[in-house]
Amino acid sequence: MPEVDETRRRMIFRTLQGVTLTAVGGAFWAGFVHENAQEELVLRPPGARPEEEFLATCIRCGLCVEACPYDTLELGTYGVDVPVGTPYFEPRKTPCYLCEDIPCAVACPTSALDLAQLKDESGELDVSRSRMGVAVVDYNNCIAAKGLRCDACVRACPYMGDAIFVDSRRNPRTGKHAMLVPVVDADYCTGCGLCEHACVTEEASILVLPREVALGRAGEHYELPAPDFTPEVPADEI
Amino acid sequence: MRSRLRYLYRHYRFLVLRRVVQLGLLFLFFAANAWGWKILEGNLSASRLFGRLTLADPLAVLQLLLAGGAVATQVIVGALIVLVAYMVVGRAFCSWVCPVNLITDLAEWTRKVLGFREPPLMYLNRKLRYLVLAMVLVLSVLLSLPVFEFVSPIAAASRGVAFGMGMGWALLLAIFLFDLFVVRHGYCGHVCPLGAFYSLTTRFRLVRVRHEKDSCTLCGNCFNVCPETHVLGLVGKHDGTVNNPECTNCFRCVEVCDDDALFVSLSGGWSK
Repeated sequence: MPEVDETRRRMIFRTLQGVTLTAVGGAFWAGFVHENAQEELVLRPPGARPEEEFLATCIRCGLCVEACPYDTLELGTYGVDVPVGTPYFEPRKTPCYLCEDIPCAVACPTSALDLAQLKDESGELDVSRSRMGVAVVDYNNCIAAKGLRCDACVRACPYMGDAIFVDSRRNPRTGKHAMLVPVVDADYCTGCGLCEHACVTEEASILVLPREVALGRAGEHYELPAPDFTPEVPADEI
Repeated sequence: MRSRLRYLYRHYRFLVLRRVVQLGLLFLFFAANAWGWKILEGNLSASRLFGRLTLADPLAVLQLLLAGGAVATQVIVGALIVLVAYMVVGRAFCSWVCPVNLITDLAEWTRKVLGFREPPLMYLNRKLRYLVLAMVLVLSVLLSLPVFEFVSPIAAASRGVAFGMGMGWALLLAIFLFDLFVVRHGYCGHVCPLGAFYSLTTRFRLVRVRHEKDSCTLCGNCFNVCPETHVLGLVGKHDGTVNNPECTNCFRCVEVCDDDALFVSLSGGWSK
């Protein structure tokens, strides 16, 4: 019979116990956390870092929620499709009113709401730099696109004329009227959701989606003009 | 009447004070969100005192750092302030601040009232919590997410009181039932990684329970109330302080001792 080292045997066995428990428990734990962090249709407060970075930086304290004077922001809880404890808002309920002093972002202790993203060249806070999401119009249900007279979303927009404007088109149904159709410019839209809040249809026909969800990307190989490109026209041709 | 009050004071002073602190903090968090009180805003993950000083849960901040978050200096300093405070007073977070302690103490009280003497449904090693803590740290790195903050009943309770509980009550009910029926002192005494974190970091605390062997009559009152009974190994054996950092400094043992054999002392650190 070979001599058995009981102490060593026990050490090895206990280590294996620990490793097994860690691996099995860790797999379930990681599964839940991963699943919970995957919610795509969540709108974050102004200045929020990109979602992955946001989730690794937000400590879930709710100071932004308390700073919001309009009770727009809420914290995710279990049973809501939002990563647990993180701030979000639902514009159809309460939109972001774009406070000039951005109290929610100022209150953030971790910089998950990043003031650097909200400052202009001179270092002043500029809430128009918020990119919480982008408004998308459902033209199949927008009554203005059917020829009815409605500009509720356009009037509600704090950046009317830039972020959303009225495109007048010929109404082919009557042949003699104009249709005044709202069009969103994603380069200016902050995603505040005042338009979604104002929309008169039963379900909002203009709604804010996260930018990563709603926007495309052309790719580097296209040489496209800059967003606010105006063609250079020689003076004598005007 | 006087002697009755004297008795109550002697036997419940720390317990009452702990409940006042625990419930008071929850009330201030609630009041901050409900009525805009600027005394203590936020929750136990991070908070702001009088609208100025940021405080933070050191384990939460550690997870964010491991997850690679762009954590601001402000909240790192807030976590260090809290950590240093507990390095002086020991693992007192668990018994004086944490709302889950209210739930697990209620489970223990229910056990006593119902006279449960049954052996635990399963055996858990008290060192399990260090394994859970290790999992928290490793998974935070692997997933780039603060993994305990997704499941923490502590955060769920303090956040829930201030901002709405949602289905969080189910998590808290689960812990109550687990402590009541499955393992006595199950969550706080065996599983919680935050308790493990504070045990590891408060080894050199100043505040400790001191024992004088000559006064002890071996009545066992202290063992009956202690949630981490193994830390009382010295009782009845020799003079000294409770040096095991798993002691939560709840001082329940001090107040139930009728023999003046246990004291709160500042003799920690280097003295024996």
